[in-house]
Amino acid sequence: MATSTIDLTQPYKTRVNDALGNKHLKVALERATGRMAGQRVAAMGAVDAPRLRNQVRQMKEYVLRNLPDLLEQLETNITANGGHVHWAKEAVDVQRIVVEIARKANVQKVVKAKSMATEEVHLNQALQAAGMKVVETDLGEYIIQLAGEPPSHIVAPVIHRRVEEISDIFQRELDMPPTLDPQVICSVARGALRKEFLSADMGISGCNFAIAETGTCCIVTNEGNGRMTSTLPRVYVVVMGIEKLVPTIEDAFLQYQALCRSATGQQCSVYLSMTSGPRKPGDTDGPEEFHVVLLDNGRVDMLAKGYGEALCCIRCGACLNVCPVYREIGGHAYGSTYSGPIGAVISPNIHLEVTDVDKLPYASSLCGACRDACPVKIDLPRMLLELRRDVVEEGETTIFDRAGMQAFSRMMQSRASYESAGKLGSLGSNLLAGLSGGAIKSLPGPLAAWTNSRDFPPLAKRSFRAQWRERMKGRKVIKD
Amino acid sequence: MAHKKQFDTPPKRVALFVTCMVDMIYPEVGMATVELLERQGVEVVFPTEQTCCGQPAFNAGFWEDARPLARRFIDIFEPLVRSKQVDAVVAPSGSCTTMTSHFYSLLLEDEPAYRARAEFLGAATFELTEFLVDVLGVEAVGAHFDGVLTYHACCHLNRELGIDRQPRALLRHVEGAEIIEMTGADECCGFGGLFALKNSDISTAMGQRKAQNIVKSDADVVTLCDVSCMTHINGLLSRQGQRTRAVHIAQVLANQVDVTPRTQTAPETKPPAPPRRWQDGKA
Repeated sequence: MATSTIDLTQPYKTRVNDALGNKHLKVALERATGRMAGQRVAAMGAVDAPRLRNQVRQMKEYVLRNLPDLLEQLETNITANGGHVHWAKEAVDVQRIVVEIARKANVQKVVKAKSMATEEVHLNQALQAAGMKVVETDLGEYIIQLAGEPPSHIVAPVIHRRVEEISDIFQRELDMPPTLDPQVICSVARGALRKEFLSADMGISGCNFAIAETGTCCIVTNEGNGRMTSTLPRVYVVVMGIEKLVPTIEDAFLQYQALCRSATGQQCSVYLSMTSGPRKPGDTDGPEEFHVVLLDNGRVDMLAKGYGEALCCIRCGACLNVCPVYREIGGHAYGSTYSGPIGAVISPNIHLEVTDVDKLPYASSLCGACRDACPVKIDLPRMLLELRRDVVEEGETTIFDRAGMQAFSRMMQSRASYESAGKLGSLGSNLLAGLSGGAIKSLPGPLAAWTNSRDFPPLAKRSFRAQWRERMKGRKVIKD
Repeated sequence: MAHKKQFDTPPKRVALFVTCMVDMIYPEVGMATVELLERQGVEVVFPTEQTCCGQPAFNAGFWEDARPLARRFIDIFEPLVRSKQVDAVVAPSGSCTTMTSHFYSLLLEDEPAYRARAEFLGAATFELTEFLVDVLGVEAVGAHFDGVLTYHACCHLNRELGIDRQPRALLRHVEGAEIIEMTGADECCGFGGLFALKNSDISTAMGQRKAQNIVKSDADVVTLCDVSCMTHINGLLSRQGQRTRAVHIAQVLANQVDVTPRTQTAPETKPPAPPRRWQDGKA
C-alpha cells in the first residue's frame, strides 16, 4: 500500500518529521538523487564545464539586464508568427487568461506536459473548477496526479515514490494487474495517455527557454509527451516565467547543453520541441491557436529586492540532487512548489502561499554543495544567509532567539565576561559530564535538541588562554 | 574575494586566532597549532583580547549582533598586521577563517572603512594547513601515527576556501599512517552551526550518515580541520558507542594522537558496578 504523503499545509516541523519518519522515502531519495548526481558529474566532466558554466551565467545575466527589451522582442516575434502573447502579473491572472482561452475555444479536455510554472499558479485546479478535464502526460506527473500529490522535485516529480508504490497506484486507479516490471507499468500509462492525447482540445506546457530573436518556445523532454501536447490538440498554450528567456538560437543551445547535462546527465534529451507559432496553411500538423502566457508572480520584485541572481536558474534540479538536506527530507517537506536549495531561495521571494516559509532559509547547513553543482553558479548559500538576515530584520524570530543572540553577542564583546563565562561553563559542564561518565548526555532547554541524539564534551578544565599565560610567564609578550 | 597576501621572505611571526571553541573546549588543538608553527621556526603571538568572530550570530541571520564582534575582531588583529608586528594571522579552523576573511566584507557592506580593513586582514589570514603548505611550503612536519586515518573535508574549508589538497598532502606525509578514503568524504556532517539545534532532526540524520561512512571506512581516526564538525561527529560516534573518533589535524601532526594497536583491543567489557552502600544485600 502506498505510504501516506506529506501534507504541505502542515507546519514545517510536522512536514519534516513526517518525511524523516518515512523509511520508503529515504530509500527512494537515496537511489534517485545519488544516481542523478553521479550522472551529472560524468556528463559535465565530459565537456569544458567551467567554460560552459561561465558562458551560461553570462548569458543569463545579460537576459536579466535586458529583460524588458527581450520580452518585447519575444512578444513581437511570436505575434508576427501568428501567436498570441498574454502578460500575467499574478497567479490568478494566469488562471483567468487560460480559462478564457479554453472557454472561447470550447475546450473540454486539456493535456499537459510537465510544467513547474503551472504548478506554481495552480492552473489545473482552476481549469477543473471551470469544468474541464485536465490530464498530466509526463509519466511522473501522471503518477502523482493519479495519487493526488504535488511534484516533489523540479525534474523528477515522483522521485519520492518507489516502483512498489507506483504499481499500487496503477492497480488502484487503472486496474493494472499486479507487477513491478517498469516496462509493463509504462505501457499501461502509454495506453491510457494515448487515448487522452487523441481526444484533447488543448495542450498546455511550460517552457524551458524561449528564444527572443525568433519567438520560439522550447520544451525539453524525454518521453515524447511534450511533442504530442504541443502538436496534437487544436489549441496550444505555453506558460512561462518571464526569466525563461534566451536572446538567440545559439544561446538556446548553450542553455540546452547545460540543462541536459546538469539535470539528467544526458548529452541531449530525447526530444527538443520548438514552437514558434500556430499551424500555417499547408502545414501537416501543429495547433490552430498558439498562446504564450508570460508570468511575473513576484519575479520583478525579486530582482528589485536583490535576489535576482536566483532568476538565472534554469530549473535543472542539480542543487536538489546534491543537497544533503533534500536527500534526508525530500521535496514535500519544503511545503512549496519549489524545493531544495533553490526552492528555499525562490519560495520566500515569489508570490507563493507556503506554510512557515520563513523556516525555509534555515533548512540548510550552508554546506555549499548546491553552488558547486549549479550550472549557472548561483551563490545559493550567500542568498540563504541574506534571507535569514531578512527574516530577523522583519522580526520573524522568537523572542527567545533574539534575547539569546543579544546576550551571546554582549558576552563576546568583553574579554572579561567571555573568560568568566568560560570558567563558569567549564565548572558546570564538567560537573554534568562527571555525572554521566565523561561526556554530557543531557542538557536543559533548547540545548536538549543537541543531546537528544548526540553527546557533548565538557569545556576544558583549563582554557587555551590559561595554558598560554602559564607558558608565557617570564617571556616577553607583545602588548595587545 | 581578495587575493591572498604574498610573502617575499618567509613569515617570521604570526598572530594566532585560536577560535573560541578551541580556546574553551579543545585547548590541546590550540597547543598543537602553536607547536606546529614553532617547529617551523615561526613565532606565535596570542592576542588575548580575542573572543568569538561572530559567526554563530551571522549564520543565524542576526547580523546586527554579529557586527560588533566583527569590528572588535578587526580592531584586535588588523593593527598587528598593518604595523607589521605580525606577518599573518593563522587559525586552526576553516569555518572561522571563512567568516573573518570572506563573510566580513558581506556583513560590513555598509561600513566602507571597516570593510576595507576586513579585506586587508582577510588577505593575511590563513587556515593552518593552508599556511603550512602554501605559505611555508612544508608537507612533512615530522608526524608519526601508527594506524589507519581517513579524512573528512569540512564544508567551509573545502568549498568556501577551496582548501582540500593541503590537509591531504600533510596527512600523506604522516609516517606510519595508512590513509584511506571514506565514502562521501566531502559531504556535510550536518553540523551547520545553529542548524544543529534548529533543525536537529535533519542535522542528526545527516550526521548519522556521516558516522556510518566513517565506521564503514574502518579507520582508527577521522581527521578534519574544524573542531565544530569534530564536536558533531564525535557527539554521534560517542552516543553510538563507536570506538572511532574524529581528531583535529593539528593533533595528528603534532603527535598528540595515539591509538591502541587493533590486535590488542579486547572487546570492552565493563566490570559490574560495585553495589551501593545502601544496596548491600539488605534491601
